[in-house]
Amino acid sequence: MFEIDWNILLPSLVVAGLVLVVLCVDIIRPDNKGGVSGYLSLLGVGVAIWVSLSLWGRSPTHGLGGMLFLDNYALFFNLIILAGTGLTIFVSTGFLEREEGGRSEYYLLILAATLGMMLMAAGADLIVIFLGIELMSIALYILVGFFRRRTDSNEGSMKYLLLGAFATGFLLYGIALVYGSTGTTNLREIELAVAQGRVYTHPMLLGGVALLIVGFAFKVSAVPFHMWAPDVYQGAPTAITGFMSAGPKAAAFAAFFRVMVASLGDLSGDWSGAIWMLAALTMTVGNLGALSQRNIKRMLAYSSVAHAGYVLVALVAANERGIAGGVFYLLAYAFMNIGAFAVIVALGRKGDENLEISGYAGVGFRHPGIGLAMTLFMVSLAGLPPTAGFFGKFQIFSAAVEAGYIWLTVIGVLNSLVSVYFYLGVVVSMYMRQPVGQAHAVSMTPFARVALLTASLGTLYIGLAPTSLLQMARQTVSALL
Amino acid sequence: MESKLLTYLIFLPMVGAVLIGIAGKGRDGVSRWLALTVSIGTFAMSVPLFTRFDETTAAMQFVHQVPWVETLGISYAVGIDGISVLLVLITTLLSVLAILSSWTSVTNRVREYMISMLLLETGILGVFCSLDLFLFYVFWEAMLIPMYLLIGVWGGERRIYAAIKFVLFTLAGSLLMLVAIIYLYFEHGGATGTYTFDLMVLHKYSVDADSQSLLFLAFFLSFAIKVPLFPLHTWLPDAHVEAPTAGSVILAGVLLKMGTYGILRFCLPLFPLATAQYTGMIMVLSVIGIVYGALVAMVQTDVKKLVAYSSVSHLGFIVLGIFAMNEQGMQGGILQMVNHGISTGALFLVVGMIYERRHTREISDFGGLAKVVPAFSAVFLITTLSSIGLPGLNGFVGEFLILLGAFQANLTLGVVATSGVVLAAVYMLWMFQRVVWGDVGEANSKLQDLSLREWLVIAPLLVLMVWIGVYSDTFTRRTEVSSRHLIQMVQTRQMAGAGKSMADLQLSETTIAGRTSTRSVGEQGK
Repeated sequence: MFEIDWNILLPSLVVAGLVLVVLCVDIIRPDNKGGVSGYLSLLGVGVAIWVSLSLWGRSPTHGLGGMLFLDNYALFFNLIILAGTGLTIFVSTGFLEREEGGRSEYYLLILAATLGMMLMAAGADLIVIFLGIELMSIALYILVGFFRRRTDSNEGSMKYLLLGAFATGFLLYGIALVYGSTGTTNLREIELAVAQGRVYTHPMLLGGVALLIVGFAFKVSAVPFHMWAPDVYQGAPTAITGFMSAGPKAAAFAAFFRVMVASLGDLSGDWSGAIWMLAALTMTVGNLGALSQRNIKRMLAYSSVAHAGYVLVALVAANERGIAGGVFYLLAYAFMNIGAFAVIVALGRKGDENLEISGYAGVGFRHPGIGLAMTLFMVSLAGLPPTAGFFGKFQIFSAAVEAGYIWLTVIGVLNSLVSVYFYLGVVVSMYMRQPVGQAHAVSMTPFARVALLTASLGTLYIGLAPTSLLQMARQTVSALL
Repeated sequence: MESKLLTYLIFLPMVGAVLIGIAGKGRDGVSRWLALTVSIGTFAMSVPLFTRFDETTAAMQFVHQVPWVETLGISYAVGIDGISVLLVLITTLLSVLAILSSWTSVTNRVREYMISMLLLETGILGVFCSLDLFLFYVFWEAMLIPMYLLIGVWGGERRIYAAIKFVLFTLAGSLLMLVAIIYLYFEHGGATGTYTFDLMVLHKYSVDADSQSLLFLAFFLSFAIKVPLFPLHTWLPDAHVEAPTAGSVILAGVLLKMGTYGILRFCLPLFPLATAQYTGMIMVLSVIGIVYGALVAMVQTDVKKLVAYSSVSHLGFIVLGIFAMNEQGMQGGILQMVNHGISTGALFLVVGMIYERRHTREISDFGGLAKVVPAFSAVFLITTLSSIGLPGLNGFVGEFLILLGAFQANLTLGVVATSGVVLAAVYMLWMFQRVVWGDVGEANSKLQDLSLREWLVIAPLLVLMVWIGVYSDTFTRRTEVSSRHLIQMVQTRQMAGAGKSMADLQLSETTIAGRTSTRSVGEQGK
């Protein structure tokens, strides 16, 4: 018999409970009249955030037979994930009603994905991480295809499912090889085995590591494993696209960083070269791909590939500043990217999602608030001060310079330069092109307004007063190094 | 001397922008008057910086420093010295004039226009006052967005192309500078144990001789694009021609000076050894720029484009003066930064006035203006002469000092650069002749002469032209100590650096065997 430290489970438990409650509500009111499920979900997310914050700063523990960690690292990712989920729910109200009619299983699936992500961030065993990934992915497959009557939604879902299954295969095979060579799937024991040289055969372990990298690279959409991203991002309901780019990406990185740095850190000489290539390729291909996009969701899909590249730079550095920087960046990215998608949702109309960038002509003056917010998000995504995106990139590039990767940093900043062109292209369209046709009224629900405002203020706040969040990001590092 | 004056000064325009955002919706008049009031208030606030400036010290004055991101050694630190004080004043002055000059020429989206103008002012003032590398970088890039909007929204036909080109050129340089800033931060931190972006602390540190070269190039590239130094100037004519009048005034008058200012503030004191290494190359490039800019200006058919290319030439003079690395050259360079702001600012204003009347800038469309609009023509004449560098007006003092410095540094380059003065007379006077003298065409016969508002816009600049031309001491007095200090600082460092490498050489010659053995031991230990 062992004592269960319930605190370890508490954040996940809150969300798991929430899933069950929403499930029951769904049975009673399947049409989600009055949006009860949405409100309930928001409430639950709020509670989970509160729980995560109240657990902050305790000495790191692990429990449940070594399956889960409770440390600042996991809690910080909980905050990113829950913030992403909360903002997505805010954005979704109104959007769902406009497009397909609201249904409560939508919220149920979002929450299930959220639970999966939190397990990924807290997982202390490759099996738990795998389960988390599956829980998240399966929910996402359905969400991407949530607009049943639209072919692009179905196409995206199918592509995502097939390629996701591939990725899962790689990941599992990798886990198997690591298990075969070290005799365990527990992250701490893998670390010990590697440190003490208790591995069956070194090549087999390295093969396992390589396959793990491939699996994770799929999940974070790193080049050359990014092919699914543009189609899936374009096909998915817009609110879900925003959701996918924030939480799931952050969670995949959470597990990726933890596995690579904490467990396999001693092998960094073997894998950092590979990640270096991956980072350079991901940034470059992502940004170059985005250059020619006319559809804003596709453009942001490539941009999200590129941003994965920036975070990979932090993983290459793999020092204290790098991990803190990567974690910090993912938080910043959640705010600015969901903000951008909130604007896209707001500018869409029933039956016409208005996704061509050229369709945004004149928006800046017709809807000054939305124009200003979108400019802010684009500037932040491009990494210009004084925004969250700039400070995050600054942290990551600092870490890379500190670790001696000057050329990777130069590749990174040159990529930023390329990205300015297409991000400002949106601003060009909004402010500098003559609008064609009638001005359309933009109707935003109060919730959507709150989401937009929160994302804007968050983007500005993180850029202007990063001290406290940076401090928190720094406190997560001890879990890994 | 601790004071929050600079902070108020920097952020007053931003507060004004917010106010206009709230109050100016749908009310263009309110936006205009608010913007004018705020910019005049900012100017008034900057006057004490000039009058209360202590000209006996090279130390930073009116310093205001508060920690910003303490864990990273980032602070909000502002202050000015002799190098920046005049630039701050010319910025606040030209902002007032620019806003006043767009009173009737900008009728479209006035509120957003005025907001951009004021935000731009905040950004530029921040650049000139920052004493923290991180803060400097933030202002340096943040100021791009309002300028980008000014060109892109209120500009001419090819405005979008010009706006994007402007942003991409500037960013290409400044992103590499960011890498250099970060590198410098770690090098300084690793060597001294204090990780900081504080410029005053970094100034005291001698950067490792091996890394100076690349760091210098990264910083210099960024500034050289902004200046713009030949051959990085191609964005300038586009941006100038497409920008609205006020945008051109700010662009030529102040923004370009951010480049030369950056060279003075960062490149020279931080990387003195690399400065010595590249001085020759940079002087040659600036002389090429002087002659090239002048030659290209000569063949322009568009007045605004002509003035834009003349800027390339004039900025070449400024860089030449700075890298002559003697007191005359440096003083002349700093003064010429202000002079160019006044003369070229005035030229763009004059061109803007005539464009507003005729909606063309082609030289061939004009002629005989002296008979129709005598007051305008007189103003145009004085401005032209000031730009040429006629003795008695401002341009002469600056160019004379620069050439004095250049001749001491390198006779050949000095001679070639002087031809730029001659060429300036050619292209400016030829243009003036074609526009103002000659027969009056049909289209020009009914033009209105200067209005009261236009007099108000141009008069302060005319006064300054004469003032600096006749009694430049008011201004040079304030820059003297700082520029002398800067030169001394660079030269002592260069000397020390040279001494050190000499010592290294001797050491390596005498103890070569001993050193190799210690090194191999050290490597094994690693």
